[in-house]
Amino acid sequence: MIINHPLLGPRDAQEFTYLGDANLINRPDWQAEDAVDQFHEYLYQRDNPAGKHRELWYHEAGDRSWLVVTRDTLTHEITGVELARDVALKSGRGK
Amino acid sequence: MTQTMRLGGGMIDRSKPLNFRFDGKSYQGFDGDTLASALMANDVRLIGRSFKYHRPRGVLTAGSDEPNALVELREGARREPNSRATVAELFDGLVAQSQNRWPSLSFDALAINDRFSNFLTAGFYYKTFMWPAAFWEKLYEPIIRRAAGLGSLSLAEDPDSYDKGFLHCDLLIIGAGPAGLSAALTAARAGAEIILADEDFRLGGRLNSETHPLDDAPASDWINASIAELESLPNVRLMPRTTVIGAFDHGIFGAVERVSDHLLTPPEGKPRQTLWRIYTKRSLLAAGAAERPIAFPNNDRPGILLAGALQSYVNRWAATPARRIAVFTNNDTGHRTALDLIAKGIEIAAVIDPRPDVTRTGDYPLLAGAVVSNTAGRLGLKSIEVRLASGEMRRLECQALAVSGGWNPNVHMTCHKRGLPVWDEGIAAFVPGETGAQGMFVAGAAEGRFSTADALTRGMEQAIVALGELDRKAHTIALPKAENDTGSITPCWQVKGGKGRAWLDFQNDVTTKDVKLAHQEGFRSVEHLKRYTTLGMATDQGKTANMGALAIMAELAGKSIPETGTTIYRPPYTPVAIAAFAGRSRGTDFRPTRLTPSHQWAVEQGAVFVETGNWLRAQWFPRPGETDWRQSVDREVLATRRSVGICDVTTLGKIDIQGSDAATFINKVYANGFAKLPVGKTRYGLMLREDGIVMDDGTTARLAEDHFVMTTTTANAVSVYRHLEFARQCLWPGLDVQLISTTEAWAQFAVAGPNSRKLLEKIVDKNFDISNEAFPFMACGEITVCGGLRARLFRISFSGELAFEIAVPSRYGDALIRQLMQAGEEFEATPYGTEALGVMRIEKGHAAGNELNGTTTALNLGMARMVSKTKDSIGSTLSEREGLNQPDALMQVGLRPLDKSRKVTAGAHLMVRTAAANAKNDQGYITSACYSPNLGHSIGIGFLKNGAERKGEILRAVSPLTNLEIEVEVVSAHFIDPEGKRLHA
Amino acid sequence: MSYSGWRVIKEALSGHKGWKPAWRDPVPASDYDFVIIGGGGHGLATAYYLAREYRAKRIAVIEKGWIGGGNVGRNTTIIRSNYLLDGNEPFYEFSLKLWEGLEQDFNYNAMVSQRGILNLIHSDAQRDAFTRRGNAMILNGADAEMLSVEQIRQRYPFLNFNNARFPIKGGLAQHRGGTVRHDAVAWGYARGADRLGVDIIQNCEVTGFRIKGGICSGVETTRGFIGAKKVGCAVAGSSGRLMAQAGMRLPIESHVLQAFVTEGLKPVLPGVVTFGAGHFYVSQSDKGGLVFGGDLDGYNSYAQRGNLPTVEDVCEGGMALMPAIGRARLLRMWGGIMDMSMDGSPIIDKTHIDGLYFNGGWCYGGFKATPASGWCFAHLLATDKPHEVATAYRFDRFKRGYMIDEKGQGAQPNLH
Repeated sequence: MIINHPLLGPRDAQEFTYLGDANLINRPDWQAEDAVDQFHEYLYQRDNPAGKHRELWYHEAGDRSWLVVTRDTLTHEITGVELARDVALKSGRGK
Repeated sequence: MTQTMRLGGGMIDRSKPLNFRFDGKSYQGFDGDTLASALMANDVRLIGRSFKYHRPRGVLTAGSDEPNALVELREGARREPNSRATVAELFDGLVAQSQNRWPSLSFDALAINDRFSNFLTAGFYYKTFMWPAAFWEKLYEPIIRRAAGLGSLSLAEDPDSYDKGFLHCDLLIIGAGPAGLSAALTAARAGAEIILADEDFRLGGRLNSETHPLDDAPASDWINASIAELESLPNVRLMPRTTVIGAFDHGIFGAVERVSDHLLTPPEGKPRQTLWRIYTKRSLLAAGAAERPIAFPNNDRPGILLAGALQSYVNRWAATPARRIAVFTNNDTGHRTALDLIAKGIEIAAVIDPRPDVTRTGDYPLLAGAVVSNTAGRLGLKSIEVRLASGEMRRLECQALAVSGGWNPNVHMTCHKRGLPVWDEGIAAFVPGETGAQGMFVAGAAEGRFSTADALTRGMEQAIVALGELDRKAHTIALPKAENDTGSITPCWQVKGGKGRAWLDFQNDVTTKDVKLAHQEGFRSVEHLKRYTTLGMATDQGKTANMGALAIMAELAGKSIPETGTTIYRPPYTPVAIAAFAGRSRGTDFRPTRLTPSHQWAVEQGAVFVETGNWLRAQWFPRPGETDWRQSVDREVLATRRSVGICDVTTLGKIDIQGSDAATFINKVYANGFAKLPVGKTRYGLMLREDGIVMDDGTTARLAEDHFVMTTTTANAVSVYRHLEFARQCLWPGLDVQLISTTEAWAQFAVAGPNSRKLLEKIVDKNFDISNEAFPFMACGEITVCGGLRARLFRISFSGELAFEIAVPSRYGDALIRQLMQAGEEFEATPYGTEALGVMRIEKGHAAGNELNGTTTALNLGMARMVSKTKDSIGSTLSEREGLNQPDALMQVGLRPLDKSRKVTAGAHLMVRTAAANAKNDQGYITSACYSPNLGHSIGIGFLKNGAERKGEILRAVSPLTNLEIEVEVVSAHFIDPEGKRLHA
Repeated sequence: MSYSGWRVIKEALSGHKGWKPAWRDPVPASDYDFVIIGGGGHGLATAYYLAREYRAKRIAVIEKGWIGGGNVGRNTTIIRSNYLLDGNEPFYEFSLKLWEGLEQDFNYNAMVSQRGILNLIHSDAQRDAFTRRGNAMILNGADAEMLSVEQIRQRYPFLNFNNARFPIKGGLAQHRGGTVRHDAVAWGYARGADRLGVDIIQNCEVTGFRIKGGICSGVETTRGFIGAKKVGCAVAGSSGRLMAQAGMRLPIESHVLQAFVTEGLKPVLPGVVTFGAGHFYVSQSDKGGLVFGGDLDGYNSYAQRGNLPTVEDVCEGGMALMPAIGRARLLRMWGGIMDMSMDGSPIIDKTHIDGLYFNGGWCYGGFKATPASGWCFAHLLATDKPHEVATAYRFDRFKRGYMIDEKGQGAQPNLH
């Protein structure tokens, strides 16, 4: 597979390490009343779609950026690649 | 007499005779021959035996779809079982032998199976061999295994090397027949970067096998001119002897180039084969079509071959299997073959064509409306029996029979990404389905356009469209005038009513009867049919077999062929040597070897090394007179605890963390508090995964307000760094913090033992005070050594002694170890390896890899209180789950044998003294054990249920696996200096 | 009709006219007591044991394609019970014992062949871990033996003992491990279940569940609604897709695992060998092909095919361990969709919906588990209680913190 890195252009997927669903960015609030439940949902439960999947890849043999890749799990077609940091910032994550 | 079956003409170089041997007998062929064509020229028709019935077999095809003519090619360690004689390029000195026969090819004892074929039908083995149960492994299976298999491996290490390479292009063209060549010319002239790959050693495809002129001249003229032009262009890479084996994601193709397979041995420095990964923007499949046989009784004898293949043998290789040949065809191919044979002076016994209204195209006897209903000749065809249109039977003497049941487009590559072919009634074959999304185009026979003119035109057209998608304008080119006979076909899948078995899968011996039985027993889906009968599972992946079987199944089921199913293909297109996929990653080059900065020095000391991940570390340093590793290790441990020892700890991961939020960041990734760590101090850090399990541990030093250096374990250096980047970029992207791994940038040595400070004082520059007062336990600092070399000093200890770790830039690592050893002479400084390191940490009860095994919590390690509940840190929340906080949770303990002479075994399980040793009574297990030279006996650490409360209890440590059982006492894991006085000395 | 050697001879002498379909092709009834979704090994075994052990009636297995077409038909055929943890080992040992009597039980020769499995050891830490594991196996009533390098060399002289990057230092053997003819397992269970009256309905895809008031009363299919008192799902890699139709998210990801077979070769390898310093394990089929595999491709996928880097990685492992197989040719590669769970261990449990039961999360260990999985799922369906060897396989273990993590990789499915 080839991942079109937003900064570095097309790169062989072999340069990357896969983590999983991009929802792993959305780490819950540790002080929430039901924090354990929220963390359980966050860490263990998956949509696991057959189709478009937003997922995290790490450019281990490259610039060490984490990417959010939108890829179809049926065809492996990639339709979007973003810097995970941008995605995280956009979703309101900060310090 | 040699080459009695050699004809005139052909694309062989008669000035270059080549000597070769088959089954011990010497023969001669010519440059340009394959093993199959050379054997044919020498009148050798019997080449192999089939898999199950051991039927005598000759060549069926002239290409990589060959099911029958498999040999063991070459000798000794280079022996290649199951090599297709039809694609084995002849070279001088080639040696081949037949396989799957005993004692000889012409007399094969297991041919007895053929007599019992009626008992050995599809799937018979699922119904028997069940009683008595024990007989399967002891009796039935060994017999089956010995009889099965085809060729044999030499079992010697492959002496040849293999390479891997990467190529990039705009357009990959697969197949250099008329369609591929015209596409290549079109695209090349448009300036596109193209690769033209063909599995054959001669480009031209079917043009090389046929006699049709192009522009009224031999086709070879146009081929040669085209190749010459392509070769002259810098944007073209021609790759003969290269099989494109598979289509993968995003325009990546695998290809195997047989660099040296046409030579006796690879030239010096050359690989045998190269695996290419080709990255292409568009691809064009021009892989042609493969002819299929017809199922008629005894259609498998040596001398019966496909008509198109026979054209190849007589036209390209000037070889014939016989002087009198019959043709059985349901389409126009057979008639063209007959004309070619006649042109070569071969007598046509008859052309038998089941189509009643077919007419002759030349001067040969035609039996229209007739079929071949049987054949004779045990080791080679002698005659055939023909059922005429009238029903009358006629026997024809002939030594070869050319068969054509039509052609199947080579759609394989369009299926590799799970594309489904579609049925084309006009040619009675499957053609490629949707391929557009893959950037793949198909042209010529591969898309079911069988005439030469069509192939030329379609190649050009598809190249223009493909390049158009890349915004590159390609122009039409002048194509040579060519035959435009699209041919006609009336499907004829099998001849019914004859006596005897009719083969579909020649190699695996699947006959029409097996398909019938599969249908009768309900194995009707194509996949069930294949799996039940083994159809298509042979080395040719059913290229000649699947279509016929599918058609017969359709007929039995009373359905159309497309309703019955399709046959799709998986990579690789043809089988590939495992070594080609491995390339250079073999032997000691399997994975890179990482060496520490003191490696050369350690080699000079005679160190014994051990693999630690990809690192090679000194395990111990034997001294003269030491005969056992334990002597060396005990000495290293004792010397360190007595005076001073030195160990290279460079392999520990080092992560440089900087930024105004660095402390905040570290406070989030470690479970214990780090926010208030003062500058100049180091702290032990416990890192959890988000699930609350311990991920890693290490020390982190604060060199400045905004500058930390974290160490990780050797094993987790990469994953911890990745985890930290995840935390930084994805979880807390707003923090001002930067990370970089500096594992290789710093050479680091542990200097441990009561004299470690004295030793270091000799090399640390005098303006730095490292006295206990100025530089106490857990201090850290940036210093200089040896007169100005910048270094980092940490007062940390894994051994439990007064100890330091000193780091210098890697390039000074070698110099530093030599300096340290020299300075340490007066203290008898002793280098120690990973074993002594391990002994000392077990003596201190420090957890390491065996304890941090991915299932242990801070609680298990006795560090529950370190997990701060006043801050947010990774893993803190989920570490609170009930299952991780059971009252009888495993706790790390020390274990000491009651009988001091007994050995404690890591991996032993702990049982209550009086309880039986079984899983229900399991109390825990021993994680690490060693002989402690300081205590004079073996010790261990392990996890014990509710271990913190069980000090003094006597348990049994059982290891039935190694037949050991001893009694151990539960003790503190701090075997040495439990108060930690030495650390603070 | 019972299968036997005599029967084969009798049929051979009478033109094979007496063979009947191995299973019927029934029209689905409007409702059943039990509907098992998934005609793979686990689903068919579940139906078989429901009928045979729990005397259940009115059972249907519904399959969207052809039976045995999922992972039971695309695995590397290995059976073993060399597990470490208490939650797993009794279950897999139960499974291995069922394998040992399976063929006589369901009257089908699935070629259960206990030629042994050997896990090689390349470091001291690995030896410690395998010692613990071997002891756990023995303490659970399974067999295990620690082999020395010399013992390994005698059995497998062509392994790389001379210039290995990661030298072989020993191996943990389970002699009762081995291989089974994988397709025959599906067919044997199907035929066995069919003979007990189970309806096996192929080409029938589930398109939805009928759920009202928290109770599942049947399934919508491409062949109409089929009512059921209890619905059991055993669809492996398709678990995520199927259970989404019941509104459930699972602690499971679907990943592709590739497997490979070489051309047929005369016998080389008696048993199964796994490399401990790379991703490679191999056995040789009765037909002669070397059947081998390695690691997952590593990314979520439902595509039943993989990519080259993994092929190369696996073959590198093969060459590192067995340089003598270099000239054996890889004939075919294929991919299966693995239901990778969050701790690498399976789930056999009720769902929060009454009447809806789930069996999945088998990762790439599902084949060897087939008999026990079927038996335990049947037990759960029939009695509403987990079988005693499957009590740990609960949905709530993640929330409660009772993970069964053999590899210690945590909540990252592609590392299990």
